[in-house]
Amino acid sequence: MFSMGRRDKAVTSHKFKDRIPGFVTEEGTKIDTRTFSLRGLDQLIQTLLDHGYQCIGPVVRDGVIAYDKVSSTADLPQGWTDEQSPGHYRLRKREDDACFGFVVGPHSWKRFLYPPERRLWQLQKQGQSFVRVGEPEVAPRYAFLGVKACELAAIGIQDQVLKDGPVPDPDYTQRRDNALIIAVNCTESAETCFCASMKTGPEAAGGFDLVLTEILEPKHAFVAQAGSERGREILDALQTAEASESQIESARAGIASAADGQTRTVDTDGLRELIERASESIHWGEIEERCLSCANCTLSCPTCFCSDVEDSTDLTGEHAERWRRWDSCFNRGFSFVAGGEIRHSTASRYRQWMTHKLSTWHDQFGSSGCVGCGRCITWCPVGIDITEEIQQFRLRDQL
Amino acid sequence: MSTELLMPQPWVVQKTERENEDVVTLTLAPESSDHGFSFLPGQFNMLYAFGVGESAISISGDATTNGSMVHTIRDVGAVTHALSAAHVGDVIGIRGPYGSEWPIASHTGRDILVVAGGIGLAPLRPVVYHIIENRHKYKDVAVLYGSREPKDLLFRAELESWKDHNIQVEATVDNATPGWTRHIGVVTTLIRRAKVEPRGAAAFVCGPEIMMRFTASELTGRGMNPDDVFISMERNMKCAVGLCGRCQLGPEFICKDGPVFPWPRMSPVMTIREL
Ligand SMILES: Cc1cc2nc3c(=O)[nH]c(=O)nc-3n(C[C@H](O)[C@H](O)[C@H](O)COP(=O)(O)OP(=O)(O)OC[C@H]3O[C@@H](n4cnc5c(N)ncnc54)[C@H](O)[C@@H]3O)c2cc1C
Ligand code: SF4
Ligand code: SF4
Repeated sequence: MFSMGRRDKAVTSHKFKDRIPGFVTEEGTKIDTRTFSLRGLDQLIQTLLDHGYQCIGPVVRDGVIAYDKVSSTADLPQGWTDEQSPGHYRLRKREDDACFGFVVGPHSWKRFLYPPERRLWQLQKQGQSFVRVGEPEVAPRYAFLGVKACELAAIGIQDQVLKDGPVPDPDYTQRRDNALIIAVNCTESAETCFCASMKTGPEAAGGFDLVLTEILEPKHAFVAQAGSERGREILDALQTAEASESQIESARAGIASAADGQTRTVDTDGLRELIERASESIHWGEIEERCLSCANCTLSCPTCFCSDVEDSTDLTGEHAERWRRWDSCFNRGFSFVAGGEIRHSTASRYRQWMTHKLSTWHDQFGSSGCVGCGRCITWCPVGIDITEEIQQFRLRDQL
Repeated sequence: MSTELLMPQPWVVQKTERENEDVVTLTLAPESSDHGFSFLPGQFNMLYAFGVGESAISISGDATTNGSMVHTIRDVGAVTHALSAAHVGDVIGIRGPYGSEWPIASHTGRDILVVAGGIGLAPLRPVVYHIIENRHKYKDVAVLYGSREPKDLLFRAELESWKDHNIQVEATVDNATPGWTRHIGVVTTLIRRAKVEPRGAAAFVCGPEIMMRFTASELTGRGMNPDDVFISMERNMKCAVGLCGRCQLGPEFICKDGPVFPWPRMSPVMTIREL
């Protein structure tokens, strides 16, 4: 067990400041809530493109719902949903035409804010010395359409790591500052979701420019609110009507049913300390018997940020580059120092991952590193379930 | 500094000194004057061998000498091999300085123990320089240094010269070879020979983790306040600024929270295997 002199960072919650809870303000006044139809959604996408944004949204690709460029509602996964359980993901046709009737796929927005690989710089030999060559890349201007609540929380967490620390990553910061975020509240949950427990969803709590709720009753439509000035301008440019009471009620009910439908729960009370106490538990070894150390969990996780850099030269040896790539605490070499790997057992790697997510993340960044999106459960080839493992540690802790 | 992330600046090798079979010391000067910087004892730089890669290397020179940078490098792999092979006039990339310092300046009026194992003497040398320059501010000072064999000892001639500054210097080797007339045994065996009473003293310790653990427990066992024992840690690191995530040890990032830590912050995590 380790209980180190804990240095709580000034606890800045990963929730954003401009919180908009529900459809009324804290004072009880009604928030301006607009509505538009599917045609309005097309108009929204067009408006984003007209404003010079690259619009990124959900698309069906390779048997999953991924995020990619969209130019109209025809690109969206209309009528599709995702069926998820430990180690299992499948697309299924819906009985309706919902565009956002799914939860989350293997991709997260970190792919766009913090690309899987990126050239950091290029150098050219000049005599004995070297000089920088090549223009620094200009960060793209993205509009993200369909950011779920857990994803928003994950972006907030990555902001803490990559943007708000003592040395910010300039590329992340620029992509982030450029990005326009259109959140979509979840009205359904997958079997793997546990955002309600982690207090990150299913309703987007803030940090968006616009938030939509897709409703199917009384008629297929979208209910929209602005979360920023930029969002307000976009919304004002669309043809919208004031949302009716029944539409707002339908949106509210959808969000409530998403929360109620979650079968997985995590008791976060004392979780940080529980995992800290468990550092020498035999249960890590039991997980090791199943875990393949494949790194799927870390690569699909929207908050994992570890990276590797690779330096190389061209054949002449005159031109050098540095690339950064996503890495994982499950990979060989991650903990290599002269003399060998520090974490050579899978048990120690899984412990590092889970302890970081649930315990030391609090020490470092003032929040949990898990938002409850369930990706690590779905994409684990052997179906290891973080919520179940937490439960196992609880049981053993009580022995 | 450049706005590009992890961008090294060119420094020119002014001098190379071979310390032993696999260790060299490089003295470097910035190619352009605006790349100069100051550092604190215990801090490190990322040293870049063109196209080969980067390694974290502690600064082993005097923190008060402006305009040059001294690094002592052990050749253990691709990058350190390329760095070790540098000649006078070659250019090496440097970014830094990074990390926490040995809090020597805040331990004036005290007895001081410097305990080093192997290459661990390199990051501690700036501490000794600081003491020599401010000798009157410290009471009894001892440097205890252990290495595997006599031929591995770093800074041999210099070690002798520290004695001229009223510093006790004791060296030991694990395996003696013919001609060695001094101590044999691990460095912790020197602690009882130090003319420094652990109670009330402060210690600065760097070497293999096992050596630091034994040294810290020996010192605290002999009455030293655990908060007055400082160690320097090593982990794999790529960025040195808390972004790559690799150097985590429990809640700490070795690069930005360390590498120098007070012993009580490290002792609980150092006993957990494979953490
Ligand atoms: C804060 C700090 C201070 C250090 N000070 C010194 C010093 O003063 N003198 C000295 O000789 N050594 C020092 N080291 C150790 C030195 O950084 C490693 O020995 C060196 O990085 C090994 O790289 P390599 O490519 O030569 O070796 P290899 O063993 O061939 O390395 C293989 C791979 O592992 C990586 N690797 C191995 N060890 C490390 C590491 N510690 N950090 C990052 N990557 C690593 C390398 O980048 C390489 O990709 C220090 C390390 C740290 C963290
Ligand atoms: S740890 Fe798993 S559930 Fe938590 S945020 Fe990462 S992928 Fe989602
Ligand atoms: S927990 Fe599952 S996804 Fe993660 S490394 Fe182990 S086998 Fe792979």
